[in-house]
Amino acid sequence: MTGARYIADPEECVQSVALDGLSVLFHRPSGMTHIVAPPAPQILEALRMGPADAGEILARMRAWYDLEGDEAADAIEARLEELEAAGLVSRP
Amino acid sequence: MKHSLSLQIGPVAFRIGSTWAAPLDALARLYAGYPEPDRICDFTVRLEPESPWRRWVRPSVAIHGDYVLPDAAPMSLAHGLLAAEMGMNLQMALGQKHYLLLHAASVEKGGRALILTGESGAGKSTLAALLGERGWRLMGDEFALLDLDDGRLRAFPRAVSLKNGAIRVMEREVAAERFGPRLDGTPKGSIRHLRPNPRALEAMAEPARPALILFPRFGEATAVRPVGQAEVFMRLTQASTNYVSLGGAGFDALTKLVDACPSAAMDYPDTDSAVELVETLWEQAA
Repeated sequence: MTGARYIADPEECVQSVALDGLSVLFHRPSGMTHIVAPPAPQILEALRMGPADAGEILARMRAWYDLEGDEAADAIEARLEELEAAGLVSRP
Repeated sequence: MKHSLSLQIGPVAFRIGSTWAAPLDALARLYAGYPEPDRICDFTVRLEPESPWRRWVRPSVAIHGDYVLPDAAPMSLAHGLLAAEMGMNLQMALGQKHYLLLHAASVEKGGRALILTGESGAGKSTLAALLGERGWRLMGDEFALLDLDDGRLRAFPRAVSLKNGAIRVMEREVAAERFGPRLDGTPKGSIRHLRPNPRALEAMAEPARPALILFPRFGEATAVRPVGQAEVFMRLTQASTNYVSLGGAGFDALTKLVDACPSAAMDYPDTDSAVELVETLWEQAA
């Protein structure tokens, strides 16, 4: 599967603190704070390995997490669009 | 300016200047016993006529200072004391860079601080003022200052601004000499200021480690609900006037505060049950 490819800012640009299962992110380039739920932090983590589309992100995540089913790719696609709107990922 | 007064409130030194003597006389009476700053003031507030002739004809007070809100409405001279108070708030809200400013009341016991935050009308000022008369040290009713370096709370014990029904609650509790004049018909209804007690003033330089965050809400049956850390974080960013401008330093300070402090939302039907509930939650958090 090939879809839109995304990139994320390097790790030093985003400070992340876990609070109660959610993650609070401080995005240094924009100065904005975001509160995100899984799998958004995991998507950002996967994207730090380099640009990827939803399928590649899922493959990277499968190496770390026990993910089941094919709906995961759709969910990742949807989360990527939200992360793009928030300015946390972009298309190269 | 023709008349001026300097006040040290916690770590902040103010200079208030005024075209008229009356607002500063009222302010000096209300703030009797506060230390004078021993250094250059952090913030200046100026109470001036809206235009030169308005000094005499139906005088109205415009609030000026280092930081100004362009749309702030001028106030009647009869409410000049309120204008001075609002001017001090405004300078803090817009200009404070050393502390993360939370729109919250705080009280201290045994070196540990309780933070009370919530929307206007939630009763945090009244509750903090009441706790300040019943065994706690009032640190402030309007702003809690979170030190960006060490995560401790600094006291900012300005005069407590009591509104409407809260005025009578505190009049029953505190001697008349600690109250300012009653101001009726202000934009927020009736207001009466209360000077914190000597203990709050003597200890104003003593910081405290935050130990519990409560979100009180007046007017409901007694209830306590847990609040998730991410929600506490979000609510506190909304309750802060300078979170965004502090950038990463504000993020660090606030995430550490939320991570270290238990928190709860509490509803209460009257102030006596609120005090009881606070004591119970405080014991549980200890």
